[in-house]
Amino acid sequence: MKQSKWLYLFFVPGLIFYSIFFILPTISAVFYSFTDWDGLTTNFNFVGFENYTNLVTNDSIFIKSMTNNLKFMLFVVVFQTLFSLVFAVLLVKNTKTNIFLRALYFFPTILSSISVAFIWSYMYDPNLGIINNLFTSVGLEMLANNWLGDQNIAIYSIAFVQVWFHTGQMLIIFVAGLQAIPEDLYEVAKIEGASRWQTFSKVTWPLIAPAATIVVAYTTIQSFKAFDLIYAMTRGGPNYATEILATHIYTTAFRSFKFGYASAESVIFMLVIALITFLQFRVLRANRVEN
Amino acid sequence: MKWTKKLLLFIYATLILVPVISIILATFKTTSEIYENILSLPSSFNFSNYFGIFQEQAMGTYFLNSVLVTLVSVVFTLFFASLVAFGITRLGGWIGGGIFVFFTIGMMVPAQVNMIPLYQLVYSLGLTNSLVGLMIVNLSVTLPVAVFILSGFMRSLPKSLFEACTIDGGNNWQMYYRIALPLSLPSLSATAIFLFVMHWNDLLYPLLFITKAEYKTLPLALLEFQGEYMTNYPMLFTGVIIASAPMILAYLFLQRYFVAGMTAGSVKG
Repeated sequence: MKQSKWLYLFFVPGLIFYSIFFILPTISAVFYSFTDWDGLTTNFNFVGFENYTNLVTNDSIFIKSMTNNLKFMLFVVVFQTLFSLVFAVLLVKNTKTNIFLRALYFFPTILSSISVAFIWSYMYDPNLGIINNLFTSVGLEMLANNWLGDQNIAIYSIAFVQVWFHTGQMLIIFVAGLQAIPEDLYEVAKIEGASRWQTFSKVTWPLIAPAATIVVAYTTIQSFKAFDLIYAMTRGGPNYATEILATHIYTTAFRSFKFGYASAESVIFMLVIALITFLQFRVLRANRVEN
Repeated sequence: MKWTKKLLLFIYATLILVPVISIILATFKTTSEIYENILSLPSSFNFSNYFGIFQEQAMGTYFLNSVLVTLVSVVFTLFFASLVAFGITRLGGWIGGGIFVFFTIGMMVPAQVNMIPLYQLVYSLGLTNSLVGLMIVNLSVTLPVAVFILSGFMRSLPKSLFEACTIDGGNNWQMYYRIALPLSLPSLSATAIFLFVMHWNDLLYPLLFITKAEYKTLPLALLEFQGEYMTNYPMLFTGVIIASAPMILAYLFLQRYFVAGMTAGSVKG
């Protein structure tokens, strides 16, 4: 019994740092969201829900950031999950080539967002970039674009980079899931004369649904956090076409010095993430039970 | 079928290789060479950009700062998180479960949510423009994921080992560093790699807390090269290669561990 008292000491250092530098600021964000604090002075007034009502009713850039976040998230979740699943199916066997390709596909994951941002700014460069040059040299000029400068496509151009960045990581999760499926299930399917698609939809998919849950949930959260990538590639421009909540909060707080207002944005940000994660788990879990 | 499969794999391999190779080539080129033909080989493989960037920029300082911040942050996160994970495992019950939830809930909160009060806190403690400030923040924000991975692993260790230690008169501390730590080595190394990549590449916290050149880390320095070398891609990419070199080298030699580590944070759920 005396032993277990000492056991509480093990939590002390972790709890101190985590509480002071993580929990406390998170709670303070909620507190500041009800103030008009500018972050520079020590005085501020309580303004009730004013920040929130302003955000929702007359801040078109905030609404735009939120929409961009959703576009970015949808693109990344759909393509990253699709790509990683397809490549995992193709590379599931542990042959030498497959192991090499998995390692190659995984490689971008270890780079920093800022390096990836520079690499792709270069690839996308309208004059210099490899992409436009490639299209032009094969006679497809009409596909050449100002990838990061065109308001209509810039957000998708960056979303594609995010997919390039992390597909390899998600691929590994799927490969692990696939390799855990017993071989004899496939043999049964073969004997029964199932087509490739039938085998996939009736055997593989139900059994990797848990892995898919993880991939989708993780990708969603990751795509919401894409601050570094976007900040380094476009700073949210042109004309807020790539502004997402994370970059908007940063500029509102540290460029316009509206700390209270930006805190209200971050509280909404937190709620949106909580809601999306919750919905995903419900939908994906329901799927799993059906199967 | 076989043919489309190979084509698909080949296309994606090219999609990874072309950007990477073309920026490596770019570091050996001059600016005008880049403008002539992006995919061509450089006229000569000389390292003038590499020497140039070390002369023009305090690359050595940035590099050292990154190394220091990353190493110290990783070591302390691992130490504190393994203590917590051990406590959770030994305590069990609703208190252990409650502490586990308290820590791991942090994984759901993106850094941008609490960065404003965090900035204020760090500022009022006089820890802006300080490597120690960066280390403290780093270790605090990565505790959730580290506790998550490590306690998942420690829970799977056989209880009988701890009981045997109690019978031999061992106390909690001995249990922790004689049994739990050595046996958790696989998950400790996976967590370490995950944290290494994360801290080494982090941009947000240096961007928030560091303004003086002598405390800048590599990612922050790179971000500022962007303005300075607007169209000087060779120099920019030389910076990218230098900043990524340690991770790339480590990846070449410890590939298996990297893959395990980088996925640990997401799979253990």
